[in-house]
Amino acid sequence: MIAIRKFYYGDYGESKNGTADISSSNKTKNEWPLWEVFIRSKQGLDHKHAGSLHAADAAMAIENARDVYTRRMEGLSIWVVESKYIHASNPDDADALYDPANDKAYRHPTFYNLPDAVKHM
Amino acid sequence: MEKNLETIFQDKIDNEIKIEPKDWMPEKYRQTLIRQISQHAHSEIVGMLPEGNWITRAPSLRRKAILIAKVQDEAGHGLYLYSAAETLGISRDEMYDQLHTGKAKYSSIFNYPTLTWADIGAIGWLVDGAAILNQIPLCRTSFGPYARAMVRVCKEESFHQRQGFELLLTLSKGTEQQKAMCQDAINRWWWPSLMMFGPSDDASPNTAQSMQWKIKRFTNDELRQKFVDMIAEQVKVLNMTLPDKDLKWNAETKHYDFGKINWEEFWQVISGNGPCNKQRLDTRKKAWADGAWVREAASAYAEKKAAKQSMHAA
Ligand SMILES: [Fe+2]
Ligand SMILES: [Fe+2]
Repeated sequence: MIAIRKFYYGDYGESKNGTADISSSNKTKNEWPLWEVFIRSKQGLDHKHAGSLHAADAAMAIENARDVYTRRMEGLSIWVVESKYIHASNPDDADALYDPANDKAYRHPTFYNLPDAVKHM
Repeated sequence: MEKNLETIFQDKIDNEIKIEPKDWMPEKYRQTLIRQISQHAHSEIVGMLPEGNWITRAPSLRRKAILIAKVQDEAGHGLYLYSAAETLGISRDEMYDQLHTGKAKYSSIFNYPTLTWADIGAIGWLVDGAAILNQIPLCRTSFGPYARAMVRVCKEESFHQRQGFELLLTLSKGTEQQKAMCQDAINRWWWPSLMMFGPSDDASPNTAQSMQWKIKRFTNDELRQKFVDMIAEQVKVLNMTLPDKDLKWNAETKHYDFGKINWEEFWQVISGNGPCNKQRLDTRKKAWADGAWVREAASAYAEKKAAKQSMHAA
């Protein structure tokens, strides 16, 4: 069996980026690459991940994204990026990465008790 | 070790924490989801065929535009769901292959023919109506990409049922012939719609596991009862009837009682012997084969363009 390089959804971390764990057949050899689609729903807002699709190139990815993700005025601007270029943190590292933020309550304004007399702060 | 991972996994599910593609999950959970999501995707795609038959024959420009929009939505639903399944490690081509070789199933309802224009109304009202009841709880299903896809699907779905009902309502106020057409379509689509919820609970052994994993939120029979209660009321507005002499309000249970479903028919259609199984699959396979040159040409063009670009860059 030939292991081929496949690119999954952006939710996969670096360790999973690449080789397939289930489908390593050659069935995908002709598949168009996978793209992640980001949509700006309103002027002034960030682009947000909307989903993914297959397309032969960037122009086609944008056209397809327009057809599937913006048929009801959901967007004013589309970004597409080939899924293989997305680098993601590993969920197994979540404790090490995000735990230190937990015990620093003094970073939040509610940590500070001030008399009611103080206004507008 | 394995046990430990499994406990962590179940804890997350019990606490309504979504499972994302890279998280550890039991192999059976992954396989169940791949099967369910890809079947769901196939249903959206094959589901375009019976309705697509009527696009060129729609009675007015308004109806035609509506039907095109609906069918286009279903294509999108297929795409969202295929993408969700792909995050579990199966490729799009593999799923297509499973569909085209008959290895994968799709909803048996789409193996029934659309014989009159009224069928388009009945499909919207009953088939999309049943689908919506199935799909709303799936917006809270435990696998993140599936749940997100369903949120999108449900948003788009609501007009499907309404346009179907409105279509039938128009027929129900028309000529005697139009009224008859309306009733006939309801008669033919009612029982297959009830079957869309799947076998009764005592005949679906996997339900308990799927409920524990929160892939499913309600049992088949619970959803079916909800559907009957809803439709039994709505049909009155149409001044039509449902083809079930046992359909009766039960003041005690506060639900409608209804007649026996012909499960023999259900299993026959599932196993390939419905009225249109062969036709549907043949249409799909032909579309896939006919599109091969387009897929290849687009790939070749993209490669050529990329090569040119890297030459310029060099
Ligand atoms: Fe749909
Ligand atoms: Fe629909």
